[in-house]
Amino acid sequence: MSAPLIQARALTRTYHPGGGDVHALDGVDAVINTGEYVAVMGPSGSGKSTFMNMVGALDRPSAGELVIAGEALSAKSPDQLADFRNRQIGFVFQQFNLLPRTTALDNVALPLLYRGLSLNRRREKAAECLRMVGLDERMNHHPSQLSGGQQQRVAIARALAGEPAILLADEPTGALDSQTTIEVLDILDQLTARGITIVLVTHEKEVGARAERRILFRDGRIVEENP
Amino acid sequence: MNTLAAIAVALTALRVNALRSFLAILGVIFGVMAVIITVSLAQGASRAVQEQIASLGSNTLNIQSGSNDRGGRRGGAGSAIPFSSDDVDAIRENLDVIVAASGTIQSSVTAVADGVNWPSTILGIHPDYIEVRDWSVAEGRVFSVAEVSRSSRVAILGRTVVDELFPSDGVLGALVRLNGQPFEVIGILTERGQSSFGQDQDDIIIAPISTVRTRVAGYSRAGVRDPVQRIWVEIAPGEDMNYATEELEQFLRVRRGIDPGEQDDFQVRNFAEFITAFRATETVMGLLLAVAGLITLMVGGIGIMNVMLVSVTERTREIGLRLAVGARRRDIRNQFLVESVALCSVGGLIGLALGVSMALLLENLAPTLGVTRLTVSVDPSIALVAIGASTMVGVLFGFYPAHRASRLDPIIALRYE
Ligand SMILES: Nc1ncnc2c1ncn2[C@@H]1O[C@H](COP(=O)(O)OP(=O)(O)OP(=O)(O)O)[C@@H](O)[C@H]1O
Ligand SMILES: [Mg+2]
Repeated sequence: MSAPLIQARALTRTYHPGGGDVHALDGVDAVINTGEYVAVMGPSGSGKSTFMNMVGALDRPSAGELVIAGEALSAKSPDQLADFRNRQIGFVFQQFNLLPRTTALDNVALPLLYRGLSLNRRREKAAECLRMVGLDERMNHHPSQLSGGQQQRVAIARALAGEPAILLADEPTGALDSQTTIEVLDILDQLTARGITIVLVTHEKEVGARAERRILFRDGRIVEENP
Repeated sequence: MNTLAAIAVALTALRVNALRSFLAILGVIFGVMAVIITVSLAQGASRAVQEQIASLGSNTLNIQSGSNDRGGRRGGAGSAIPFSSDDVDAIRENLDVIVAASGTIQSSVTAVADGVNWPSTILGIHPDYIEVRDWSVAEGRVFSVAEVSRSSRVAILGRTVVDELFPSDGVLGALVRLNGQPFEVIGILTERGQSSFGQDQDDIIIAPISTVRTRVAGYSRAGVRDPVQRIWVEIAPGEDMNYATEELEQFLRVRRGIDPGEQDDFQVRNFAEFITAFRATETVMGLLLAVAGLITLMVGGIGIMNVMLVSVTERTREIGLRLAVGARRRDIRNQFLVESVALCSVGGLIGLALGVSMALLLENLAPTLGVTRLTVSVDPSIALVAIGASTMVGVLFGFYPAHRASRLDPIIALRYE
């Protein structure tokens, strides 16, 4: 369980808003092994989200290289990246990003739609994932009928539906109160026990403390491990 | 993502915004409706042309003395020397390309039987005419060539004349006075109904041309024995129409002593061409209306494009999310294309229903409004036109918004407020 799953080498991402250069990532080297539970921490604007977007293949680096599960992302076409996101990555966002007017079940089934599974198989698998996060009673509720914590659990179930190798959670508890934060973190604990690799971005010390390893970002660089 | 799933996603999106979807397709509804009505009118007009051509016979030529050239040395019909029954016989006997020929003399006539008066039209013919025009008798018989030679006073009545003069039975063998002359009724013509011009084609009496010439119409021309007004001929099956026309013209030029280079003092008309030319104005009108319908449809398409662009903007975050969970660009593009096509198809179906209803209404109302020449033809294939046109609009005007959606940057889309 210690093979390197995510390898970043001199990863750089530069933005050019109105002329000047902003180095959102400035030469990041990092290795995250299969099954690890890593918290990415650091002040606002330090490049945490940018790093996550790279790992999730939503964005391409300006320089440097990213190898995930033995494959260099830079070599992939847009369609191949889409397929990579579909099979290897599960995203959890701060703002949940559930489809409105769509049941929890169909929200969770969404990633499987792009795998060409039949409706029945999609819903079967989605129901299983909702059971995992303790929401099997709420399958047919719309997001507007769920609490924030419940919505985030639906989002986690959606991230799990495709059975990804990596769960990327960017401030998943940022919009939750302390009680529901604990519920969500408990679920992440269960998942890491099942062997899924988790990378979690957070500002909060207590949240970061639940991970087995912490990486501290500042000004687009990794400045400290396990602070 | 397969097509069925894409359609399901699209229909959900449309249901969610039912009112806006409906408003967006109004333009398509009216456009398809306009196209349906104009296509029905155009098809009605071309059906009328075909019926007329069929009723005149597609292998029929019509000959008249006189020329078209009004400014020239010769005048129009009437001033030139008319054709005679001898000309007709000569054509029939000498030209292999012609299988039947008949002169005709037409005149108005007052028919009287049992004290009932009926003004009608009498047509004097040779029995060949029945063959040329593809007519037939429903009862009784056609007069013979011998009866034409003898100027027999025998008549065949159209159904309308029979109904007016002989309300009860016993028509065959009865006596009818035509312009005062007694004729024996020997047959009844098979009914032909209204022409597409709205004329009653059964209000007619036919009789030997010789009898009509001398006893009914009093048709004579100085210097011509047995003149006829027109000649109708039938071309042999399989003969080329143009070749037959040239043969006939050449034969008549020689017979009438017209030198090469000199202008003809007669015209050979192909009626199929004549009607087609006559109806051409209607075809042009139909085309203009169809263009107007298409423009309406295009304006409808702009409505669709507008609402699709709004929909793409509104759902930017949804698009970002779909990309994040693994949708390829073409999945996003297809999703919005299917949505646009579904939207237009619903509009097309509503437009189809309205258009067909309006066309049928027009067809039923036209006679009561006195517009007898308006013909409407609602063909089942019109459904294909409606679905085809609306699908085309959906693809055409949905493509740009769908393409734009598929090109969104996932990160920017996910952060979109
Ligand atoms: N699209 C963009 N255009 C220009 N600059 C950007 C863009 N996205 C991010 N940046 C800049 O890159 C830097 C890193 O941003 P990033 O979102 O990774 O920070 P973060 O660590 O996630 O911060 P936070 O904790 O506030 O979410 C910031 O300075 C930010 O302004
Ligand atoms: Mg961030």
